[in-house]
Amino acid sequence: MNTLEIIVFLPLVAALAIGFGAPSRATALGASALTLILSLVMAIRFLKLTDVEGTIFFESSRSLLDMEGFPQLSLSFGLDGISLVLLLLSTIVMFAAVLAAPKENEIKGSSKLFYLSLLLIGGGAIGAFCATDLFFLYAFHELALIPTFLMIGIFGHGENRVRTAWTITIYLGVGSLILLLGLILTVVGLGGTTFNIQDLIAIARVEGIPAESQPWIFGLLLVGFGVLVSLFPFHSWAAPAYAEAPSSVTMLHAGVLKKFGLYGLIRVALPMLPAGAEQLTNLLLVLLLGNIIYLGLVTIAQKKLDRMLGYSSVMHMGYVFLGIAAGNEIGISGAVLLMFGHGLSIALLFALAGWMRDKFGTLEFEKLGGIAKSLPRLGLVFGFAAFASAGLPGFANFAAEVEVFFGAFASGSGEEIGWIRWTTIIALWGVVISAVYMLRAYRYLFFGPKPAKLEIPGDLNWASRAPMLLLLAGLLAVGFVPELLNQFIRPAVEGLSLGSAG
Amino acid sequence: MPVYSLEIIVVALGLVMLLVDAFVNLTDKRSIAWIGMLGLLVVFGLLFMVETPENTDSVFWKFYAPDDSYALFFKGIAVLTTLVVLIMGANFSKVVVEQTAAAAKGAHPQAGLGEFFALPMFTCAGLMWMASANNLVSIFVALETVTISFYVLVAYLRRNVGSLEAGVKYLILGALSTGFLVYGFAWLFGITGSMELPVIAEKLSSPDVNATASLFAFALILVALAFKVGAAPFHLWIPDVYQGSPTPITAFLSVASKAAGFIIFLRLSAPFLASGSLVGKVTFVLTIIAILTLLIGNLAAMPQKNFKRLLAYSSIAHAGFLVMALASSPVKGTANALTPATVITFYLGAYLLMTLLAFLVMAVVRSSTTSEDLDSYKGLAKRSPFLAFAMLISMASLAGIPLTAGFFGKFFVFKLAAEAHQWLLLGAGILGAAAGFYYYLKIAASMFLSDSDSPESEPIAIDGITRFAMIILIVAIFAAGINPNLIIGLLT
Repeated sequence: MNTLEIIVFLPLVAALAIGFGAPSRATALGASALTLILSLVMAIRFLKLTDVEGTIFFESSRSLLDMEGFPQLSLSFGLDGISLVLLLLSTIVMFAAVLAAPKENEIKGSSKLFYLSLLLIGGGAIGAFCATDLFFLYAFHELALIPTFLMIGIFGHGENRVRTAWTITIYLGVGSLILLLGLILTVVGLGGTTFNIQDLIAIARVEGIPAESQPWIFGLLLVGFGVLVSLFPFHSWAAPAYAEAPSSVTMLHAGVLKKFGLYGLIRVALPMLPAGAEQLTNLLLVLLLGNIIYLGLVTIAQKKLDRMLGYSSVMHMGYVFLGIAAGNEIGISGAVLLMFGHGLSIALLFALAGWMRDKFGTLEFEKLGGIAKSLPRLGLVFGFAAFASAGLPGFANFAAEVEVFFGAFASGSGEEIGWIRWTTIIALWGVVISAVYMLRAYRYLFFGPKPAKLEIPGDLNWASRAPMLLLLAGLLAVGFVPELLNQFIRPAVEGLSLGSAG
Repeated sequence: MPVYSLEIIVVALGLVMLLVDAFVNLTDKRSIAWIGMLGLLVVFGLLFMVETPENTDSVFWKFYAPDDSYALFFKGIAVLTTLVVLIMGANFSKVVVEQTAAAAKGAHPQAGLGEFFALPMFTCAGLMWMASANNLVSIFVALETVTISFYVLVAYLRRNVGSLEAGVKYLILGALSTGFLVYGFAWLFGITGSMELPVIAEKLSSPDVNATASLFAFALILVALAFKVGAAPFHLWIPDVYQGSPTPITAFLSVASKAAGFIIFLRLSAPFLASGSLVGKVTFVLTIIAILTLLIGNLAAMPQKNFKRLLAYSSIAHAGFLVMALASSPVKGTANALTPATVITFYLGAYLLMTLLAFLVMAVVRSSTTSEDLDSYKGLAKRSPFLAFAMLISMASLAGIPLTAGFFGKFFVFKLAAEAHQWLLLGAGILGAAAGFYYYLKIAASMFLSDSDSPESEPIAIDGITRFAMIILIVAIFAAGINPNLIIGLLT
């Protein structure tokens, strides 16, 4: 059992232990802290290795099914730069989410189930990012989804929570099935002999799926992964779900689990179906503009903080898709970096929103105001988070968005302004839109007159500050020195060698 | 030990149980069920010790396939199912006694319970024989052994109108389908001049076979088999019979009867699918039936309010996936271990685990509630977290969520269909799976998300052996969902 397998299974084993009666908060904290430390150790070990492009490191493989006619199936894990960055994101956010979760006696209902589900969501995401076997990539994601549904239905806020839980179950369930169909067709098209992702990519390079059927399969994958990432027009599940889920769950889902769809596009769809990706790029460009512009405007119109954050997270996915659509090294590096930055910043914002909901009892802009004067620390942290999310320099999101825009603009060829350059130009306005809604929210909440009825609670204490500072530190560190993560991402993206699309 | 001795042991066990019931003065007749469970456990162990006969020339082997890992696998399914049915029967005995026992003076308070445990043993022997039958005569006799004991078991609750109605429906339609089967066999015999399946296969694949007559024979047989496995449009009996039967018998019908139906289906359709002149038309008909079954089973399950009816439609839906595998026979010439036979066997193995688990939970819940409506599962997570968890796993597996056995079942079927370029069928399958996602998780949601609106809210007691059986089934569902080789490996 190597370190990577321990990282993957630790949260799951801890969840099992909680199920059998271990103290829930302590176990969850211990397990998530340990996975965070171990994943940092992996990152340091990785630094000594990166002289080879695009290889998977720390591989472990346990063969499960190896028989003539059946695809080879093995429980295998491995890391390259991209999955390492996402692993770091998962472990940081999981630790922060567990830290920010309510104490056992503050949970209505079974605290066991609450912490167990948190660990399952985090562990499932880690497993999905580390799996090098297509089946387990898919399976670990599903493992994380089911507790998400339960958590929203049982521990969510608001009267509609059961309905919302249902909506997202059906939405994501059907999305996963479409994705499954696409994956089956991909595996069958590539010979149906193995589930190993690297082997499948190798087969795709030598004799891929016929170019005329690639767009269909890529389309299925795009819809399947797209539903999971709330790509326009499959986005309507996201904002209500994020608004009504417990804030720890939203932190994990919006911050980490949602990135699975993007990761899947980069890891599976682009390298295995390059021709399909090329033919559908223009469609993707239109859809991602829907995310950035249309949903950006929808975000501005929101009247409650949690809804606004939900929509903003949907909107920001558009940039990641832009990086992926660019298909060149800088674009995809930017996309991966943006996944990291967005994951941390949205988790931070939802942690703040959760804290405010607990203390103020409402998140409606109308009923709040003038908080900054009495709660300066909250105002400061929220300000940082809002700036990070809007993409101000100094935060990871800025570095990432710059890379995405450069990459997208550079991928247009020749003198003329093609589809992708137009898209880039229009998408740039998204930055303005984000600034508008973030600053408006900040003004509503923290400045202006204080409504007479509003009772001001005590400011952030250390216990609630700790997870936020952790996330903020990550954002600032990568924002000032993007090379911290880019040194992992760059060789991995080069290894993808996506020549045809770029 | 030769293979056929297993059936003999099971029959003997059944007779012993009847004799114990008649001559031993038991205070609690549930001990008869314990005898049966113990015996079946031994038989299950013996399954791994059978020897291949050295000399297969005798006439006996013309009726009984000598060596076949599939047959052994299906015998295992039959034994395990019967075992779980007996466990369920013991849990269910209160209801059986209430609705059968006569209030006569001096009668045992549990009169009539003994046969309820003994009859499944004879069914089990019939199912085991069915798995090995390789001759039209032995197939027919084995099938009737099973069906006739089911006629009795379905109508066992004689003071319950629903059970009697189910019995009559099953009897009439079962007899009709038997008629079709015999007529089909007669045609098949007329065409090929033989009752032995290997000879029939040989004759059918010769180029000068009469295609029209063969297809007519196939159509007749198909009607009967579609009835047995519950494929549309011959599925109409399933919801009523499942709902009316005693719960353990519903489980028995839905797992063992279906599994045995499918092994016969496999054996009888193989000669037709191997014949170059017939395969196209046969596949076409199977495709139509598969699509119909998938759509009807899954879509009709969605609005159901009674849990047994829902599981009845779900069993139709799963029959749809199984026929889908049958209709996706690979193109000739590709040597491949992923054949419809392997896939169907794996699927049935997985189906056994998850369906039995669902029925086991249902039998326990039924003993503490008055109805089988979905509403009585509301808030089950609070009354009994363990039962709710077991049901959640079973539903997740039936819906085909990864890491459970049900996922690989569906996955292999889809892969088979994709390789056979059955696109329409694949579409219907995906649609069906999506609908399944809804109605299975609906149950999970009502257990966890809603509060019970009935006054019954005290915890539900589970006895040790039932809990043990549930844990075994849960572990097996996960094990086969992570490592499908555990089941597939048994076939080679």
